[in-house]
Amino acid sequence: MTSRLTQTLFGSITARVMTTLLCCIVAFVVFVPLLSGWEAEAVDWDALESPPSASHWFGTDLAGRDLFTRIAEGGRLSLGIAVLSTGISVLIGVPYGAFAGYLGGRVDQWMMRFVDTLYALPFILVVILLVVVVGRNTWLLFAGLGAVYWLDIARIVRGQTLRIRSAGYITAARGMGASTRWIVLRHLLPNVAGIALVYATLTVPGIVLAESFLSFLGLGVQEPAASWGVLIADGAGNMEAAPWTLLYPAVFLAVTVWTLNMLGDRLRDALDPHLRRH
Amino acid sequence: MHLIARRLVTVGLTFLVIVTLIFLLLRLTPGGPFDGERALPPEVEANLRAAYHLDKPLAEQYGLYLAKLLQGDLGPSFRQKDFTVNELVAQGLPVSLIVGASALVLALFLGMVTGTFAALHPGRFIDVALMGFINLGLAIPGIIVAPICVLVFAVLLGWLPAGGIGTPQHYVLPIIAAALPYAAAIARLWRGAVLEALKEPHVLTARAKGLPPSRLLFRHVFPVAALPLVSWLGPLAAGLLTGTVVVEQVFELPGIGRYFVQAAINRDYTLVMGVALVFAALILIFNFCVDLVYRLLDPRIPV
Repeated sequence: MTSRLTQTLFGSITARVMTTLLCCIVAFVVFVPLLSGWEAEAVDWDALESPPSASHWFGTDLAGRDLFTRIAEGGRLSLGIAVLSTGISVLIGVPYGAFAGYLGGRVDQWMMRFVDTLYALPFILVVILLVVVVGRNTWLLFAGLGAVYWLDIARIVRGQTLRIRSAGYITAARGMGASTRWIVLRHLLPNVAGIALVYATLTVPGIVLAESFLSFLGLGVQEPAASWGVLIADGAGNMEAAPWTLLYPAVFLAVTVWTLNMLGDRLRDALDPHLRRH
Repeated sequence: MHLIARRLVTVGLTFLVIVTLIFLLLRLTPGGPFDGERALPPEVEANLRAAYHLDKPLAEQYGLYLAKLLQGDLGPSFRQKDFTVNELVAQGLPVSLIVGASALVLALFLGMVTGTFAALHPGRFIDVALMGFINLGLAIPGIIVAPICVLVFAVLLGWLPAGGIGTPQHYVLPIIAAALPYAAAIARLWRGAVLEALKEPHVLTARAKGLPPSRLLFRHVFPVAALPLVSWLGPLAAGLLTGTVVVEQVFELPGIGRYFVQAAINRDYTLVMGVALVFAALILIFNFCVDLVYRLLDPRIPV
């Protein structure tokens, strides 16, 4: 698996470009807030709404805040939220799917019917209800977002578990007297882990988009905290006078989602040949 | 017929489950609609609570709500005092439906044309270029597409109005902005489906017999490729609903998506619940129809 992983991430020029881009973005959001001369919320009274210049590389916004630093800060929050929510979706989805797949039969049927029902619900509906319920608690909201995003992972893990359950080596292990615990720990989980990882990678860009969507509508991250969604909403409100305030955060969001999507697709094709999509 | 009846019962039951879940979720939430910025005098609040039946036990509240719902009454809006939820929905729904349905049609058209072109030249320049474009489209969400549409077509070029409603022109940009991200997703799916269908034995036979390409595509390829697309229409419609919310916000269209967001910000419980139920009903009905169409299209499933 490790060699296929390196192959996927570095095997072709496109893959190398995307991996590099992603690493640059992560490095950018991690290190820029530490090294930048500007504080994310500091106001430069001499440069309100100034276009990109030598002292403000991406310009400043309406309130004179340095956009370069704010995009990095925003990226921290956007990506941090995405990773947290993905972690939660894995924590729910993997046991749910494994449970359904391993038990099989009627239980499996009901558990999957529940998943199908949730699939049919529009995302916006669930999320807005969540907003109403948890109120303005950002971290709780995005933890809840993870709890909405576990369906794909559960479905995939279940499929994989079903396939493995009847595999020869499991029957063999059982025949040799291995306990259920041993089978689950030694045979089931390691074989499900790869796929769970792939779908976790594909969940991250989904949640980055969901966060930006909510923050854009004023339901997610709130000012003065910055996330890419907040910055894009800001920029969109001000784009006629200062188009760069929309342009830079938009580019960062799009490039991040794009690289994550592409790498996730490649990982899926490499590690999950059964479920290859088009 | 028997099957349709059974599916209808399932749809009804699903809806009931959704109603119950949403009702419980909203009622069990700490913090009521009346604890706002200013504290109300206790007597006033007690009266308000009584007027909205909030003083009754939960089961009774649920029964009252269901009874009203059966009569098609979604109750008064908690925040917009002079309006009932029904009135707000009746105002907003047509706008949302026009934008959503047109965007769905446009996205299907754009996506299928692009996807077909890409699939007919796999690996060639046009395929690679189109797929690059499509992948980019998948990474650019509506919250970026919509403002950029306004900037380019309304502000810089001045071709179309930037927001509001009134004339048909007001709908053009919102529909395009809502459709574009989904057109990319459809194109990707459709390209894969057409590629797959081209490999089918019956298509090879038809090609060997020398059928003209257009007839080959329309008679033999598209009907097969349509199946995965149709089965994906449900999630697509749900996604478009989300897209319409953004578009309504950016273009200041008075649709129900906008009310939904406003209601969530104001914690207007009845309005949130009303719009949520309308959304859920729309999606359930749409999925039901898609399911029927799928059965009609796929000869392997007995009708």
